[in-house]
Amino acid sequence: MKYPIAIVALLALTNQPAPAQDKPTAAKGRKPAAAAPSPQKDAATLEFEKFRSQMEQQGNPAELHEMRGEELWNAKRGAKNVALAKSCDLGLGIGVVKGAYVQMPRYFADAGKVMDAERRIVWCMVEKQGFNFDDLAKKPFASGNYTPEQTALVTYVAANSTNMKIAVPLKDPHVRDVYEIGKEIVAYRAGPYDFSCNTCHGADGKRIRMQNLPNLSKPEGALTAVLGWPGYRMTGSVMLTHQWRMGDCFRQQRFPQPKYASDTITALLTYMTANANGHMYKGLGIKR
Amino acid sequence: MASYPIRIRALLKGDVTAITAIVSHPMETGQRKDDAGKTIPAHFIQVLTVELNGKKVMESHLNTAVSTNPVFNFKIKGAKVGDKVTVGWVDNLGDKGSGETAVIPG
Repeated sequence: MKYPIAIVALLALTNQPAPAQDKPTAAKGRKPAAAAPSPQKDAATLEFEKFRSQMEQQGNPAELHEMRGEELWNAKRGAKNVALAKSCDLGLGIGVVKGAYVQMPRYFADAGKVMDAERRIVWCMVEKQGFNFDDLAKKPFASGNYTPEQTALVTYVAANSTNMKIAVPLKDPHVRDVYEIGKEIVAYRAGPYDFSCNTCHGADGKRIRMQNLPNLSKPEGALTAVLGWPGYRMTGSVMLTHQWRMGDCFRQQRFPQPKYASDTITALLTYMTANANGHMYKGLGIKR
Repeated sequence: MASYPIRIRALLKGDVTAITAIVSHPMETGQRKDDAGKTIPAHFIQVLTVELNGKKVMESHLNTAVSTNPVFNFKIKGAKVGDKVTVGWVDNLGDKGSGETAVIPG
């Protein structure tokens, strides 16, 4: 008795892929510009993209962290009891957040270093507000019900660059130097599996299981690595920064954990972000 | 995470208003355990209500199958620009939260 039903179910299943494949082809025809970097986008990839864009349109809990970040930015805090809004220069003047995120990493003369957004915020918290760096670096990333203040601040600053063009000041020789260092780190082979970032992220058309891997040396690839950070990860309901992602890359590479807010991370972020220069930053991300 | 006010957007397109509400809530199922192996008590939103100019237009009953910091999307008809949209919730512990916004052109 059960067999006919099973066969009907099987038929239903085998029939499904056909219409599913038709739709993406039509979608590809509509916007050839987006399909250009990898012309052979398959149905699965397009379904992933559809899923992601739907999540982005529906509203993002990252906005809650943005609100907290705004409060923290304007609040008088730390041993010196000053607000970041009144003391911290993100490159565009003290307290200016609009467009700051897309123009970092950049060189800061007061610190004598090239810094990315999170590193700069941590620097301001230590130098201007009087926080202890070691305390901030002890638990720098979100987990469970805990979101570090730095993460909320980065979220707030990043949200204020939504729909602005990425413009890392590569003409600055300091930034250029750090960019070149980043380029070398990306090509550096090591670890028990003896591979570099470039092994998977240095050429077009690579993938790991179903996931397409972006080519970070090209603007389109680098852009996919910059977009969506900082992002809200629904698994675990945590807010995570680009800084965290770099640490996770090192973990996946079986490298030692990089130091928090270190030169290495800034160099990697400079390389990736500058490669995406000229493209639009779409704001806070949401991930599965 | 600390509790935050509801973030609400109400965008009027044609005669349909699309409302997005982001609620800060742990939405504990009562089935998870903490590091010490103790059950984390259930804590979730039970009733979500939406009012348009003080008149109830929607009431939904939620359970534990809704995520932490949930995002609600829904559409209503008959709202005008400037109308007041109020979203409120009550959870199983009797805690309440609400927020309001004005309808803006989308």
